[in-house]
Amino acid sequence: MLIIDNLEVSVDDKKVLNGLSLRVGANEVHAIMGPNGAGKSSLSNVLAGHPSYEILGGSVSFKEENLLDMEPDQRALKGIFKSFQYPLEIAGLNTKEFLKESYNLHRKQKGLDPLSLQDFEAVLLEKMELVKFQPHLIDRDLHANFSGGEKKKSEILQMALFEPSLAILDETDSGLDIDALKAVGQAIERLRSKDRSIILITHYQRLLDFIQPDVVHVMQNGKIVRSGNKDLAKILEAEGYESFC
Amino acid sequence: MNDYPFGFKTAVESEVFEAGLNEEVIRRISLKKNEPPFMLAFRLKAYKKFLDMTPPNWANLSFEPIDLQKISYYAEPKNKPSLSSLEDLDPEIRKTYERLGIPLDEQHRLANVAVDLVFDSVSIATTFKKKLEDAGVVLCSISEAVQRYPELVEKYLGTVVPIGDNYFAALNSAVFSDGSFVYVPKGVKSPMELSTYFRINEENTGQFERTLIIAEDDSYVSYLEGCTAPSFDSKQLHAAVVELVAMRNAEIKYSTVQNWYPGDEEGKGGVYNFVTKRGKCLGDHAKISWTQVEVGSSITWKYPSCVLLGDYSVGEFYSVALTNKKMQADTGTKMIHIGKNTKSTIISKGISADSSSNTYRGLVMVGPKASNARNYTQCDSMLVDTNCSAHTFPVIESTNATAEIEHEASTSRMNEEVLFYLQSRGFNKEEAISLVVNGFCKEVMQELPLEFAQEAKKLLMIKLEGSVG
Repeated sequence: MLIIDNLEVSVDDKKVLNGLSLRVGANEVHAIMGPNGAGKSSLSNVLAGHPSYEILGGSVSFKEENLLDMEPDQRALKGIFKSFQYPLEIAGLNTKEFLKESYNLHRKQKGLDPLSLQDFEAVLLEKMELVKFQPHLIDRDLHANFSGGEKKKSEILQMALFEPSLAILDETDSGLDIDALKAVGQAIERLRSKDRSIILITHYQRLLDFIQPDVVHVMQNGKIVRSGNKDLAKILEAEGYESFC
Repeated sequence: MNDYPFGFKTAVESEVFEAGLNEEVIRRISLKKNEPPFMLAFRLKAYKKFLDMTPPNWANLSFEPIDLQKISYYAEPKNKPSLSSLEDLDPEIRKTYERLGIPLDEQHRLANVAVDLVFDSVSIATTFKKKLEDAGVVLCSISEAVQRYPELVEKYLGTVVPIGDNYFAALNSAVFSDGSFVYVPKGVKSPMELSTYFRINEENTGQFERTLIIAEDDSYVSYLEGCTAPSFDSKQLHAAVVELVAMRNAEIKYSTVQNWYPGDEEGKGGVYNFVTKRGKCLGDHAKISWTQVEVGSSITWKYPSCVLLGDYSVGEFYSVALTNKKMQADTGTKMIHIGKNTKSTIISKGISADSSSNTYRGLVMVGPKASNARNYTQCDSMLVDTNCSAHTFPVIESTNATAEIEHEASTSRMNEEVLFYLQSRGFNKEEAISLVVNGFCKEVMQELPLEFAQEAKKLLMIKLEGSVG
């Protein structure tokens, strides 16, 4: 599915990834943990194609294609979904309208006809129920006056709609109280599927109480320093990142 | 890509006055147009006022002074058709409008929009004349109105924008060559949108058009104007005056898509757009609504305003002003509340890109008798680059304690992060820009008639594509 080989990346002349390698197979859930500044969010930005990052070396292949050659929108339509830590507000852009347009772009990519508003609403309702998205938010401008938890839910709703083959969830647990964390965690768990790989980027172990990863990686200074099974997260939680330096 | 596809010049033979401004030129314009004595008197009185005035310098604009003696004050195509027959139109001029996307053939005419075409100084054609006449609506050039409806012109011309109102209005009053005239009789709702399309073609010619719209009691009219000019290296002056008069329970909706040539990346060439637009709600329950999408001109100086005299009268101003390259815009509105229970709404959206400067300037004035006056103002700025600047100068003067005045303002950015977010949801860059811009401008765009809104959205996109990353 995803093969990252010896990736070196800088942003604003600062090196953020130092020869990172990672393989994510179909249907696998990987957690990437690490302290602030380890390069976790940089990795998610690079995979989604953020224009500020400069690739210095290495390669990334996704479904056996060179990912680094693609524009961000092509990557999205090929099946990569990145959730944002801080989803942006867009004034005047109606949430439902935005979701419908975006959903239909994904359908077009799959060779399907666009759905009418009515047909889309049926799909949308089902997905909103699945991720427990509050119905009153859907008619607002995108993310306008959404709470932190509501923004994260909006991201997970999009993941539910677009049905990506690879979801990269960047600190989806940050800034959430325990109830919101549980709701978001359970929503992600519900979206686990045999056609989907997930990379969970997180600072804390607590999200992993709701979603059991197949593999846990520890990231330090722009590369993966250790990988293991889900017990690794528990060790990290108990001993801190220091012990891995 | 070419972001100003309207910059071509039409090869058409013109009669152009030699450059220079003096009383003799004004007399010649009046003679050329075979005007009645009151018009010449109006012009000469304005010229006298003008001679004592100086250009306004309070705006947030910097530019080379304009040498009015280097401008020609009259240009007309030699092969001017008789107004009744569109088919006799000079083929070159016809091609011009076709390139601008304004079909003149009967079978291709814009659905339900009557168009008056102003080419340089003169109105050359009006479409759908018959249908309008049947409804009793007059849409013609102001020159024609001076001949056919002199009593109306004499009664209202200069009553909303007095001849000495400001430097450019005085100049316009002295030398205006053409423009549009609309009269909607009592109780009549205009059966179609009325429109004027202004085109500057000659180099070194000023365009001074004059528009007068009169809506009698219980009438309604929606009027649109569009404008373009060829790309010349020299500056062109455009100083228009628009006057609107709305009687009791009448409504005038005035929409503009202004796309004069803005000059090149270095600020060379472009149109100086100094325009005075004002409407008077004379009767109770009258309503005047200005909607403008300003995307052109190297300098824009323009404040479409409403004088709310009648009780319960309503003034509205919806504006999108986009500046890029080295463009400068200082635009906004004045809402003058005089009658009781008058209401005004101001929605201003400024988009600045490259190293342009974009200023909103507004005045909300509530007089001592305007009890229960209401104003809502919303000023939003969007910055596309770090070198551009956006300013707002809202002024509120209220002498009535019962007035309620609300002001909201915001600044947002169209940056890499916003576009990256949308791209990561499957929208290509162009679609992403369009989602952000159309969202930002939504409240204004929905005020425009549908075809105009489509054109305006397209224009914003063309202008912005070159400026965003």
